[in-house]
Amino acid sequence: MPQATAEQQSPISRQPKVHSKSFLRRLMKQWDVQLMVLPGVILVFIFAYMPMYGVITGFMDYNLFTGSRIWDNPWVGFKHFEAFFAAPEFERILRNTIVISLLKFVIGFPAPIILALLLNEVRHMLFKRVIQTITYLPYFLSWVIVAGFATALLSTENGSINILLERIGAIDEPINFLSLKEYFWSILISANVWKDIGFNSIVFLAAIASIDPALYEAADIDGASKAKQIYLITLPSIMPVVIIFMILAIGNLLNAGFEDILLLASNPVLRPVSDVIDTYVYRVGLGSHRYSYAVAIGLFKAIISVGLLTIANYMARRSGNSLW
Amino acid sequence: MLKRISFGDKVMLIVVYALLSLLAFTALYPFWNAVAVSFNVGVDTAKGGVTFWPREFTLENYKIILQDERLLNGFLVSIGRTVIGTATSIFMTALLAFGMTRSYLIGRSYYMVFFIFTLYFGGGLIPTYLLIRSLGMMDSFLVFIIPSLISVWNMIIFRTFFKGLPVGLEESANIDGCSNWGIFFRIILPLSGPVIATLSLLTAVGHWNDWFLPSIYITSDTLLPIQTILRQTLNANIVSGSSTVLDSASVALLDQARQITSKSLTMAMMIVVTLPIILVYPFVQKYFVKGVLVGSLKE
Repeated sequence: MPQATAEQQSPISRQPKVHSKSFLRRLMKQWDVQLMVLPGVILVFIFAYMPMYGVITGFMDYNLFTGSRIWDNPWVGFKHFEAFFAAPEFERILRNTIVISLLKFVIGFPAPIILALLLNEVRHMLFKRVIQTITYLPYFLSWVIVAGFATALLSTENGSINILLERIGAIDEPINFLSLKEYFWSILISANVWKDIGFNSIVFLAAIASIDPALYEAADIDGASKAKQIYLITLPSIMPVVIIFMILAIGNLLNAGFEDILLLASNPVLRPVSDVIDTYVYRVGLGSHRYSYAVAIGLFKAIISVGLLTIANYMARRSGNSLW
Repeated sequence: MLKRISFGDKVMLIVVYALLSLLAFTALYPFWNAVAVSFNVGVDTAKGGVTFWPREFTLENYKIILQDERLLNGFLVSIGRTVIGTATSIFMTALLAFGMTRSYLIGRSYYMVFFIFTLYFGGGLIPTYLLIRSLGMMDSFLVFIIPSLISVWNMIIFRTFFKGLPVGLEESANIDGCSNWGIFFRIILPLSGPVIATLSLLTAVGHWNDWFLPSIYITSDTLLPIQTILRQTLNANIVSGSSTVLDSASVALLDQARQITSKSLTMAMMIVVTLPIILVYPFVQKYFVKGVLVGSLKE
């Protein structure tokens, strides 16, 4: 390493005439490190950049038989974009995408913060650890399992939710929750909160743990109640972390979810409320094989997402914390 | 020092404990109920009312599930892809991250932009699908491994961790004439236990839980991992109400037994699929808590 650093700083490398030669020499000298990076660069090029190149098929009428000869497909300009904007589903897909991701944000974002605040009040360490262990667990389950649990609990045939509601007299007949549009958003959000609340609270718990205990001692002496301490010490102290996570959520506005919706809304009756951009792309692309149309919609979403992410990152930087 | 607790604080503590207990109950109940149903006779469950405990205990559901060749095969595929996929991905990503920590690496900042750009923008589902097709990876085990060899997120976390390691060790190794590969294998990797454990855990969970990629890339039954099979079974239950996606031997058994319903079978299947995670989970809990914090440093 010292050798190479000396090379880099040597006056020779700054002279343009011999530059290319010494550049090659430097490159040869560090072939071993370049070799470590090379496979990663190639893999990312193939599996991340080649699909990016593939988005040009969104401006063509792509068909599978031309295969790898992408350029043999006819150009059609913005035809597929226009078709999407004019599609009867367009409005509801956009609405569902935004509503679902906003609901996930409004309910799913504060939930782990509240959990962290509650956990922080627990003085009984064993109790705290047990609660943490239990609430982190659902995060590690696949959406297939979570959707399976949801289906079982909400079923009309021995579904616990229906049993409970019948027992307390709220309903007379079991309700088939997963086939009724009005319940879908609540079910989707609840399943998401159930899965992620514990795991997402970890970072906020850590933020709370780093607060100076002297602040609480002083508040105790002044006779401030626990509730007041949370409001006046804990919340303001973790605000920077909260704000960063809020800003990052802006960048995810069009990511309403995919697996969760696909699995929980397997009943097609729910489409008017469950269809979001990603599930639509999946259905028309891989289900109906309208590749170019689906690529165009995916690209539409990706471009807006990049815009949102850039805004989010800019805001994060302004607030003193950048993403990278 | 004993603190006197005010009445208001006492009430709040009670509320806190009550809410947390309720939350823990909500988190656990779906498992509990699934276990109860999976040990209950199917036709009895259909009458309703099975919540906490099985009413007519039976092991029949598990017997059928564990004899199903298709499920057994799915398990093997899942284990294979999780072990191989995690080991190769962690190694390749760590190697890349180590290379990226070398300050004299020519083109380092260009490489970094090259990698980070992929976090912002991607080709999306369909172009990736068409690429996998044209690479001839459809219906092949390789599709589980190769596309996910490099995780840019994990690379960033590894890099941050490697940068935080003491420089002195490396310098002395350098003086002793240790090559970069030697430094990586003999110094960096042995010192990176916690971060390797954390990222391996999260990568492994991702592999184990993935049902979607196989559902679009895999067509032969023998290559389907357990989660995808489970998804097909659940879907068949919802769509047709009764049929299961079990092999013919099991269906024959099913007809014979009559006592068994697809619902009770599905529940047993879900428990069997979840069990590995629940068994490993307590041992690795401390790692992922650390891992989340390492990850969020960069966020």
